[in-house]
Amino acid sequence: MTLLNIKNLSVEFETAGGAFRAVDGVDIAVDENDILAIVGESGSGKSVSMLAMMGLLPWTATITADEMSFDGIDLRDLSAKQRRKVIGRDMSMIFQEPMSSLNPCFTVGFQIKETLRIHMDMDRAQRQKRAVELLELVGIPDPERRLKAFPHQMSGGMSQRVMIAMALACKPRLLIADEPTTALDVTIQAQILDLLTDLQKETGMALILITHDMGVVAETAQRVQVQYAGQKVEEQPVRDLFAHPHHPYTAALLDALPERATERHLPTIPGVVPGQYDRPQGCLFSPRCKFADDKCRAVSPPVQPRDLGLARCHYPVNAKEDAV
Amino acid sequence: MLRYLLSRLLTFVPTFIGVCIISFAFIRVLPGDPIIVMAGERGVSEERYQELYEQFGFDRPIVVQFWDYFTGVLQGDLGTSYVTKRPVWDEFFSLFPATLELSICAILLAILLGIPAGVIAAVNRGKFFDRALMSSALVGYSMPIFWWALLLIIVFSGNLGWTPVSGRIDLLYFFDAKTGFMLIDSLLSGQDGAFQSAVRHLILPAIVLATIPLAVIARQTRSAMLEVLGEDYIRTARAKGLAPMRVNGVHALRNAMIPVITVVGLSVGMLLAGAILTETIFSWPGIGKWMVDSIYRRDYPVVQGGLLLVALLVMVVNLLVDLAYGLINPKIRKR
Ligand SMILES: Nc1ncnc2c1ncn2[C@@H]1O[C@H](COP(=O)(O)OP(=O)(O)OP(=O)(O)O)[C@@H](O)[C@H]1O
Ligand code: SF4
Ligand SMILES: [Mg+2]
Repeated sequence: MTLLNIKNLSVEFETAGGAFRAVDGVDIAVDENDILAIVGESGSGKSVSMLAMMGLLPWTATITADEMSFDGIDLRDLSAKQRRKVIGRDMSMIFQEPMSSLNPCFTVGFQIKETLRIHMDMDRAQRQKRAVELLELVGIPDPERRLKAFPHQMSGGMSQRVMIAMALACKPRLLIADEPTTALDVTIQAQILDLLTDLQKETGMALILITHDMGVVAETAQRVQVQYAGQKVEEQPVRDLFAHPHHPYTAALLDALPERATERHLPTIPGVVPGQYDRPQGCLFSPRCKFADDKCRAVSPPVQPRDLGLARCHYPVNAKEDAV
Repeated sequence: MLRYLLSRLLTFVPTFIGVCIISFAFIRVLPGDPIIVMAGERGVSEERYQELYEQFGFDRPIVVQFWDYFTGVLQGDLGTSYVTKRPVWDEFFSLFPATLELSICAILLAILLGIPAGVIAAVNRGKFFDRALMSSALVGYSMPIFWWALLLIIVFSGNLGWTPVSGRIDLLYFFDAKTGFMLIDSLLSGQDGAFQSAVRHLILPAIVLATIPLAVIARQTRSAMLEVLGEDYIRTARAKGLAPMRVNGVHALRNAMIPVITVVGLSVGMLLAGAILTETIFSWPGIGKWMVDSIYRRDYPVVQGGLLLVALLVMVVNLLVDLAYGLINPKIRKR
């Protein structure tokens, strides 16, 4: 059974300048043991779609979906109180800025044990034991002493390990990692990614890894979903996506990888993701797409079949002759 | 922490000397002659005036007078009142509990109402409660104290007859001042109705004195909370599945308290200024009223000694606030 199944998720923000659709008809499906990477430039609605699922968006957000189920529970008609029993326990999340994601006023131990206290039926001694165990699990030396430390006494990598320990405290079925390494040094980045994939293998949980780094995707994920301006534009297994990207945006992202560059100058994608005031007609990528024609600029493209990576494009690239 | 404390204590020294100079100079730059004021309507003869003038030491150079005062202070001697002939220390300590009791009640009132109000306003930002609270805070902050006091007296003492207008307790109760705090002494006395009477006397002055600190604390709590609520660690707390009460009341409030404590400390300084007016209006026998009376009497030792003690008090409170700051903010504690 699919652990997490989201169909046609949209999130609209009420802003001073009118409604703004940050997520526009996105589907997400994850099984147990699955690692899904969600890739896209800044502002493509990756974080917002995850926060919508966790129920962490401010009241200015209106969330709609045809389906939004986790482990057989319909997340749409959960009361806030019921939802709090699920998040932090079966479904947990870590964030981009580990240093600011821990509360500076409380010790690491307090923050980890707090999660255990509200979700698990454990006494003090059990919580202490579990907290030590968790720090060992995420590779923090001298765990007893570290539990007494305050967040400002730790480095970014260490803080992210603590965040991971906290997220894993109640053995979640799904872990969402929202750009967990973007704020860290390159060497630490690799360590944290290894830790995440190891833990995923060990526990068999599902992992959603949000990133804008295609390199990270290649090393960790099994499946990739590319998002652009709030829409899912393509989804494929990692190997196939790297071999045959079908959406021009995916192709451009891959061309921008240093290790795949064929020219001396790294190709970049001109322009930026459209925001609230410059959403184009037709295909949202058309202002930046080198294949765009009048049809692209006028008509929203359809979603192509699965063998074309579900690409949202009129003219998918790398299409085999017989498939068209 | 110890080093921090020591460096704080060192900054005490210049401040202390400055306060001595200002308290000494303040009353002397006011026009008016203590001897003439003391003599009153009857006046004083030329010879007697000269005699007193020398007795008080006014004939000596001002610098010498200051030096006498300053060395006296260092030895713990603040001089004797011209009027009552009692040492300034003794007078201060017999009156101080009344001011302390009033101030403690006022600041507790301000904290216990102001912080929850600020939190609720921040959590319900832009909604009715928030707007209502912020407008009343603005009014409370800008209202003249004596006008507000008179208004309360007219309504609660005059029209409704619920509270007395002056003093600390009804005259029919009489007992030893064991602690100097009327609320405690009246309870200890075991006399029927004494405690209730003390509360009824205290309530209006405490409300009046609490008004400005209450407004300031509520506003500071609200803005600190608003800032903290946007922080990443609040999102983390919510992602853990914590209830809003716990997210707002523990994770957010603890961080928001850091600036609020500073404001509470500053409020204590303002409280003493407010106490002078409040005590005068409600004839509350504390140091505020004592100092106002002695300014009218040009009782130099009382005014300068009282000022000095009040200033020291504010300095000590500020130090305590700094310590509390360290306790709540781990980044300072570990220095
Ligand atoms: N509370 C909000 N109110 C209004 N707009 C918002 C809000 N939160 C996010 N947005 C907008 O939604 C869009 C998508 O944001 P989101 O954070 O999901 O992007 P992202 O793909 O995670 O990018 P990044 O890589 O920078 O994290 C952005 O244009 C952002 O400005
Ligand atoms: S629909 Fe047209 S503009 Fe959009 S991605 Fe495909 S080719 Fe480019
Ligand atoms: Mg994001």
